[in-house]
Amino acid sequence: MKDDLAKLIDRIDAARLSRRGFMGTAAAFGAVAMSGTPALAQEVKKGGILKMGLGGGESTNSLDPGLAASQVPFHLCRIMGEPLVDVAADGTLEMRIAEAVESSADAVVWRFTIRQGVKFHNGADLTPADVLATLERHSNKDSSSGAFGIMEGIESMKVDGNVVEVTLKAGNADLPYLMADYHLQIQPASSVATPDDGIGCGAYKIVVNEPGVRHTFEKFADYWDDTRGHYDGVEITVINDATARMAAIQSGQVHIANRVDPKIAKLLSRAPGLTVQNVSGRGHYVFIMHCDTAPFDNADLRNALKLAINREEMVDKILDGYGSVGNDTPINAAYPLFTALEQRKYDPAAAAEAYKKSGHDGSPIILRVAEGAFPGAVDAGALFQQSAAAAGIPLEIKREPNDGYWSEVWNKQPFCASYWGGRPVQDQMFSTAYLSTADWNDTRFKVPAFDDLLLKARAELDPAKRTEMYAELSKMVHDDGGLICPMFNDFIEAVGDGVQGWEKNGVQECMNGLAPHKTWLA
Amino acid sequence: MRIPFAALIGLFFTGLYFFMAIFADFIAPYGMAEVVGNSWEPASWAHWLGTDTIGRDLLSRMIYGGQTTIFIATAATLLSFSLGSVLGFFAAVKGGLVDQVLSRGVDLMMSIPSLISALVVLSVMPVTLPVLILVMGILDSTRVFRLSRAVAVDINVMDYVEAARLRGEKQMWIIFREILPNALSPLVAEMGLRFIFAVLFISTLSFLGLGVQPPMADWGGIVKENKDGIAYGVMAGLIPAFAIASLAISVNLVADWVLTRTTSLKGGRG
Amino acid sequence: MHPVIKLLAQRIALGLLLLFAASVLIFIGTQILPGDVAQSILGQGATPETLANLRAELGLNDPPLTRYLNWLFAAMQGDLGTALTNGQDIATSMGKRLGNTLFLAFWAAVVAVPTAIILGLIAVRYQGRWPDRVISSITLATVSVPEFLLGYIAIFFLSVQFRVLPSLATVYDGMPFWDKLYTIALPVIVLVLVVLGHMMRMTRAAILNVMQSPYVETAELKGLRKFTIIARHALPNAIAPVVNVVMLNLAYLVVGVVVVEVVFVYPGMGQYLVDHVAKRDVPVVQACGLVFAAVYIGLNLVADVVSILANPRLRHPK
Repeated sequence: MKDDLAKLIDRIDAARLSRRGFMGTAAAFGAVAMSGTPALAQEVKKGGILKMGLGGGESTNSLDPGLAASQVPFHLCRIMGEPLVDVAADGTLEMRIAEAVESSADAVVWRFTIRQGVKFHNGADLTPADVLATLERHSNKDSSSGAFGIMEGIESMKVDGNVVEVTLKAGNADLPYLMADYHLQIQPASSVATPDDGIGCGAYKIVVNEPGVRHTFEKFADYWDDTRGHYDGVEITVINDATARMAAIQSGQVHIANRVDPKIAKLLSRAPGLTVQNVSGRGHYVFIMHCDTAPFDNADLRNALKLAINREEMVDKILDGYGSVGNDTPINAAYPLFTALEQRKYDPAAAAEAYKKSGHDGSPIILRVAEGAFPGAVDAGALFQQSAAAAGIPLEIKREPNDGYWSEVWNKQPFCASYWGGRPVQDQMFSTAYLSTADWNDTRFKVPAFDDLLLKARAELDPAKRTEMYAELSKMVHDDGGLICPMFNDFIEAVGDGVQGWEKNGVQECMNGLAPHKTWLA
Repeated sequence: MRIPFAALIGLFFTGLYFFMAIFADFIAPYGMAEVVGNSWEPASWAHWLGTDTIGRDLLSRMIYGGQTTIFIATAATLLSFSLGSVLGFFAAVKGGLVDQVLSRGVDLMMSIPSLISALVVLSVMPVTLPVLILVMGILDSTRVFRLSRAVAVDINVMDYVEAARLRGEKQMWIIFREILPNALSPLVAEMGLRFIFAVLFISTLSFLGLGVQPPMADWGGIVKENKDGIAYGVMAGLIPAFAIASLAISVNLVADWVLTRTTSLKGGRG
Repeated sequence: MHPVIKLLAQRIALGLLLLFAASVLIFIGTQILPGDVAQSILGQGATPETLANLRAELGLNDPPLTRYLNWLFAAMQGDLGTALTNGQDIATSMGKRLGNTLFLAFWAAVVAVPTAIILGLIAVRYQGRWPDRVISSITLATVSVPEFLLGYIAIFFLSVQFRVLPSLATVYDGMPFWDKLYTIALPVIVLVLVVLGHMMRMTRAAILNVMQSPYVETAELKGLRKFTIIARHALPNAIAPVVNVVMLNLAYLVVGVVVVEVVFVYPGMGQYLVDHVAKRDVPVVQACGLVFAAVYIGLNLVADVVSILANPRLRHPK
């Protein structure tokens, strides 16, 4: 298990290489990227209906991309819409609605050249004014959009010919990555008042919208990119129950099922007629302590708890090997500009020593968990309790209801289980959860030196220097933060044998939501 | 008096389960939360029933789980029956306004889906065993109330009740000496089932994250923890299900026996 | 018949009052629950600004009483409003779900109720002999297995292993009638197994209870066939508890099948309600609560009236 990180790096490298292999050259940052699907060994076949059985949808779901928060709405966004740019599997940028991106030398002013000849589902042409209206809707001060947080750094925006120009409050070398956020699907300017009208510019347009039950789409005839969107239609059935979802793919009622439970992935892969696809992503399962709340304001106690968790056992038993060992930083090898830190190990003796040094009174430390925090969170809590007990640290597990966990427990209670989906780039991950002033600083990590370095790294355009800075930032969180990150989970999906052209893309699940666009039925 | 064979089986297994529940601490080979092996190990001499999803000894968990399950279910059933039947009889005997107020009050409670009631109560109150038992007992007593009232209303107009009334017997005497014995058989039949429903209700609550606290377990919860393996030949999920079913059958075999005894006791003049 | 009609009128009026009381209780319940709809929509993605914006957008800044009265006033005019979470018209989207729920409940009941009563009669006829034993044990076993497990077992045998029936019971508008029936076959089977035992056992117990009454003895002395005695003389006198249990189970079929809905991906009311409770979408919870309350109160009313009609002494009170 200790070679896991190395293995992970290898896997990423392999993905990058194979991608280069057929992409010719990897799209360079800021350059015009190829958007085409490369010629593969198999011939692409058009037609057919792709049936997806997806967990993570509710009858409360809206078609408004700004309100998308769970898996099914994410897929709705991706199927119907298209953002300015996309993050490719290898972490580079892919140009979509924007044809090209360029920035000023200080990374303050960014110019997105908008592609010509793109149509919306209502037949209208997509213009830079539409792009501006969409971005403004997500960033204006009355916005309730999930992308509001990442748009905060924007000072002003304007249209200049076929270019949309974004001026930032301070330099940010990663701005284009932020524009790849799945909330930021380009919608017509006329939809600003009715963002849930389902008019997008993606390869498929919506036909039936029954939230929490099913969504069907048909191919949008005027879609601009011939190399994507091979199906005549897509049909999503919302199947929240994991066992029911697995039954559906095993009995051939759907072609793709998301969120395969790691515990059964190996067993499922022996079933006929399907393959289990897994790809490492940026998502991580964590236990978070508030650094400013007793007893977790004591660095020795935090250290004791970090040493008292058995990460290998968690990856083995909670993820059944479908994942990798975490190292108490939110960054793993899936990120660009990653440097590995020395791996922290389970060491009951050292943990006991640190615990003694902390002078904690020996009363039980309450860890709050819920099955909804991450799959297997309650079991992971039980494992943590056992491994901590071996170091003489008394943990008490308190299970909270799933219902209301994110509003009442997470980011409120000083020690609880949580999940982070990760962000496309390191800066965004750190700014979202580790900057002193961040709303979601769920570990109450408030270190001025960290904040300064993070802002410096953000405006730095030299990759080598940034890599160094990010390694330093990771180390600060690793050494002193309130994050206990035992594992990074893989995205695991079950794919029927008929589906061709599957690629490994760990930015989000189901090939970053591009499965309906890039695969086809044999 | 001869106990029929079926009732003997029922008594034996019910007794066995209750015995294991009471003496769990002495019987269980491992601790309830102790991780002793890998996930889903098959049965072996060290682990008679194999291990569960994170490698705890399944037999030990079953024994401790049985303790939780049987204790909560028994307590909740007793509570719901004493509360529900007494109020039901009372409403039937009193009639008029008392009956209306009680019956409509119960209607009101029942008309709100128990899921919402449980959610609201348990997310405001701390989830401890007494609270769980109270919530389950009270929610369930509404069902018992309806049944016992329906039975008692029928009995209440019988001639012997009439006679007792004319004799000048008190309300309580009528409820406990006239109505209760005559309403016993449907109630006993119902009690056996209600016990099982209580067992199932705990597991539903565990599913919603409102049940017993980990690492404690109940049988329904163990089914849930291990259900994903069932389709792939991992038996860990079926064993607690089998335990629930066998407990259900044995408890109800006993209930059936009591039922026939009470009906024959009435000697045909009921 | 006159007192019965009077009772009926009384009970319907009371029922309306109860509905009102239930809506108040549900509203209070949703207010007690921690968190609100804005927080739930934005989830982990909530920031103070977006929360405030969304709250203002949804009108959550009004005092609770105002919101309740607004809702009540609109509801009395037949306007259930729109869902806060996705702006869908509640009457339309709930109507579809309710239709589905009733469709499933209807077919489950059509199979389960007569089967339960007939099995109960058979069990009494052969009381203590093997048919009684077999029926009692099998129904007990099906009742005591958790319903989701019954569902999974049915799925794995009937749809994954042998592929006889579909595991996805997702019905939709415009689906041909026979397709619909085929699609819901598995959930119907599971629901029947779940409710059968309870009704059958109550029928059996209630009939056994009256089997030693003088009129049954008289019937026996007349030399009637055992089965005729049970069906013609004992059953009508045992009807009150039986109807009550049938009513409880019918209500369960409408209100309580959320687990079966989840397992079979059936678009019914249960899942709809649970989703909206989780998101604190108060108008939808209110509307669903109202429908459920109406179903309960209506079924209770039917059960009470049937009990009275079945008992001559109650029909003609002294």
